[in-house]
Amino acid sequence: MSRWTVKETLASLQRRESKPSEWTKRALDRIREADQRIGAFLSVDEERALTAARQMDEVFEDGGAQAQGALFGVPYALKDNLCTRGLRTTAASRILENYIPPYSATVADKLAAAGGVLVGKTNLDEFAMGSSTENSAFQLTRNPYRLEAVPGGSSGGSAAAVAAGMVPFSLGSDTGGSIRQPAAFCGVVGLKPTYGRVSRYGLIAFASSLDQIGPFTQTVEDAALVMNIISGHDPLDSTSAPVEVEDFTADLAKGLAGLRIGIVRDIPQEGLDSQVREAVEKAVEAMRGAGAEVVEVELPHSQYAVATYYLIAPAEASSNLARYDGVRYGRRADADTLLELYERSRSEGFGLEVKRRIMIGTFALSSGYYDAYYRRAQQMRTLIRDDFNRAFERCDVIVMPTTPTPAFDIGAKTADPLQMYLNDIYTIPANLAGLPGISVPCGMSAEGLPIGLQMLAKAFDERTLLRAAHAYEQIRGDVIPAPVLEG
Amino acid sequence: MDFETVIGLEVHVELKTDTKIFCGCRTNFGAPPNTNVCPVCLGLPGTLPVLNERAVDLALKAAMALNCRINREAKFDRKNYFYPDLPKGYQISQYDQPIGEDGYIEIDLGGQRKRIGIVRVHLEEDAGKSMHAPDGTHTLVDYNRTGVPLIEIVSKPDIRSPEEARLYLEALKSIMEYCDISDCRMEEGSLRCDANISLRPVGQEAFGQKTELKNMNSFRNVQRALEYEADRQAQILRAGGTIEQETRRFDEATQTTVSMRSKEEAHDYRYFPEPDLVRLHIDEAWLARIRATLPELPLQKRDRYIRELGLPEYDAGVLTANRAVAEYYEQVVAAGADAKQASNWVMSDLLGYLNTTGQSIDEAKVRPAQLAGLIAEVGSGRISIKQARDVFKAMCETGKDAPVLIKEMGMEQISDESVLIPIIEDVIAKNPKSVEDYRNGKEKALGALVGQTMKATQGKANPAVVNKLILERIRP
Repeated sequence: MSRWTVKETLASLQRRESKPSEWTKRALDRIREADQRIGAFLSVDEERALTAARQMDEVFEDGGAQAQGALFGVPYALKDNLCTRGLRTTAASRILENYIPPYSATVADKLAAAGGVLVGKTNLDEFAMGSSTENSAFQLTRNPYRLEAVPGGSSGGSAAAVAAGMVPFSLGSDTGGSIRQPAAFCGVVGLKPTYGRVSRYGLIAFASSLDQIGPFTQTVEDAALVMNIISGHDPLDSTSAPVEVEDFTADLAKGLAGLRIGIVRDIPQEGLDSQVREAVEKAVEAMRGAGAEVVEVELPHSQYAVATYYLIAPAEASSNLARYDGVRYGRRADADTLLELYERSRSEGFGLEVKRRIMIGTFALSSGYYDAYYRRAQQMRTLIRDDFNRAFERCDVIVMPTTPTPAFDIGAKTADPLQMYLNDIYTIPANLAGLPGISVPCGMSAEGLPIGLQMLAKAFDERTLLRAAHAYEQIRGDVIPAPVLEG
Repeated sequence: MDFETVIGLEVHVELKTDTKIFCGCRTNFGAPPNTNVCPVCLGLPGTLPVLNERAVDLALKAAMALNCRINREAKFDRKNYFYPDLPKGYQISQYDQPIGEDGYIEIDLGGQRKRIGIVRVHLEEDAGKSMHAPDGTHTLVDYNRTGVPLIEIVSKPDIRSPEEARLYLEALKSIMEYCDISDCRMEEGSLRCDANISLRPVGQEAFGQKTELKNMNSFRNVQRALEYEADRQAQILRAGGTIEQETRRFDEATQTTVSMRSKEEAHDYRYFPEPDLVRLHIDEAWLARIRATLPELPLQKRDRYIRELGLPEYDAGVLTANRAVAEYYEQVVAAGADAKQASNWVMSDLLGYLNTTGQSIDEAKVRPAQLAGLIAEVGSGRISIKQARDVFKAMCETGKDAPVLIKEMGMEQISDESVLIPIIEDVIAKNPKSVEDYRNGKEKALGALVGQTMKATQGKANPAVVNKLILERIRP
């Protein structure tokens, strides 16, 4: 089966070779047939999706089509930490097991207005805390390329759903690599936009100063199409930037000539798989061959990024997750006193990793420790940002691996949280600096697992980022086979 | 041993905005429980705060009126603690960069001015309200108040007596009302006060151990709680004991303070910068816009009434205690009334009438120009002051102008001597006994003659003129 893209879906509708409900049915059929093995979805709303798609059929038959929206008739999935009115939203946590939001996230409203058809909500690590989707309270998600392997995380469900051809695109959220890392593991494109580019309103917060929503797609061009819809200032999110939304497809065809590609001289090498290193080096050579100028840059403070991240993100999370107290919504334990209500609801409702991060964050913010931990982490964050500012004086795009290794096996790292955290060593700096980053497949390991190439650009320079990524994708060619689930 | 009382107050004032500080919900008091709520103020997963600029406007205005230095770079922080009425598990407040710092309020201590320092004025969101079932089985929470904008005003430990504390609160309330920042209704919770109090031997520099007092719901109770607590601490210290650092609650029924929690149970609020809001840059234009809305403040006004209008200090104090009263008074004077006459009328007659009827000054049917008109009628001698009081009552009830009522009530005063002389000569002729008595030194006899004249004119004669004309004729 060839890869299911947004672009082809739209083109087929444009040519009137198909009608919207056929695409939604295709998504639902594929989910029914494959998701028992993959476990990408936490909920699928067939009824709602088909009703919406059939209504679109009527509009479509009346002659309207593209005028109805730039994604008219295209099915998609949302990570289950994005609120959807009337549709259960759990963040893969027991504490929100039966939570039905009364409002929708801004991105969901925007996609609906553009004619997208939501088919379901995808699995994740509980509250987006994790790198393998193994921290979901409800189910495992498997890597479509190897069912024994993880899909990455925390947006593992969204990545696997696109990789397995269940939907042509999905949205995830990226706090320390949670879009780019699963995209790399599942052989798809994953974009984390600049912090402030996409409204966070309706994204169940993990770490507010790092979280950003972005798309999973089969191609860079599709990512640009989705970005055109979901970007822009939102009056409901003060941290969404009042920056004009450009056409992200505008520069795609400009190619690599004249672009300066930065490679990081002092990148941490420890734990970097040789197959990954070789695939990235090959990609850089290919870009040089296509006219890019390759320069060396330095990011001296990036070695502290993981430590910095594991203070700031848990600190914010410890506060963001305080609202889950059993009082107003979500899981409420039986208790005789208020303190018991809090303790039991939260003990029963949160999983181990979430509890671990709440503890770390609470500690980091505590009186007497704040200066030693949280404040120093913020100072380091500034230094990391300054590193990037200097580096981007010398280049337009920085290239590095998305992850140190291809997808690891289920259970391989669950006993050692530190090993799990180190998986995000290359993705975390972009979150700390607020920069846009993308992962594009760049090869396959000997074991048949995809390898991701990460590119980073200046804040709000997604156009250049997408241009470089698209150009690379063209010269890379068709070397990433679609997963064979039946195998 | 004699002790000096040292008091600092923390006052929370709800700002008079139409909508909440971080969402569009209304702020009106007394709405049915949980009707002024939305996903944002309920802290539902995924929601984000958006700052209401009007709340910043009012906080800036308050900081200026309290003589604070304005922080041009302010920011918000999260104050983390668990409580059912706090839906996010943290309160959005300001920690190290509040809107205003280092100001003061002046209070009047029997003619002496004293400055009470203000440490800081910061902006934050209010919490909801817990209602505990009397039988202790359950608690209900009303989130209507959640997200109502508040400012917290923290005083320096400059207050030296419970009475000064009350005067400080009165001055603060008056400033807030003048600036239209808050209703300051303690009974509705739109002004709340906590107090820190300690004692130290007279002459000692270092502060003693303090206790914190909560749950005082009127200015009077603040004073009483502080008086009780000062006594309690003095007794302990005199007996050689030490004061525990603790939070105590004022118990209205017994008029005492009782321990609520000790220092060990104090919260660690884990403040950190609120990542969901951007920093607040307050530029010169914003400051200028707010400065332009600052009215003359109560003490300035009071000084001006004494200096420029020649009012006694007492009058100036009463008239300026409330901005609406002061504005009313100024309009009476602007309409041409004598300043002192106007003060008498407003202070005793108007405020007295409003007090009995329970009306506010804005509801009074007598408008300032009409009161000035009445005062003019007395001044011209058309009616007596006694008649004027009756006319005023009628004005209060009907809202009609004084001249109209004077006619309707048939009380136009006769001051015209050519009209009065024949009547007076007639009275003198008919009462030789009284004339005789007066000439023999019985001063009271004059009153009888005046009374006869008034009777003959159905009370319309101007008594002063009548007095003069009779005396001219019977003086020995």
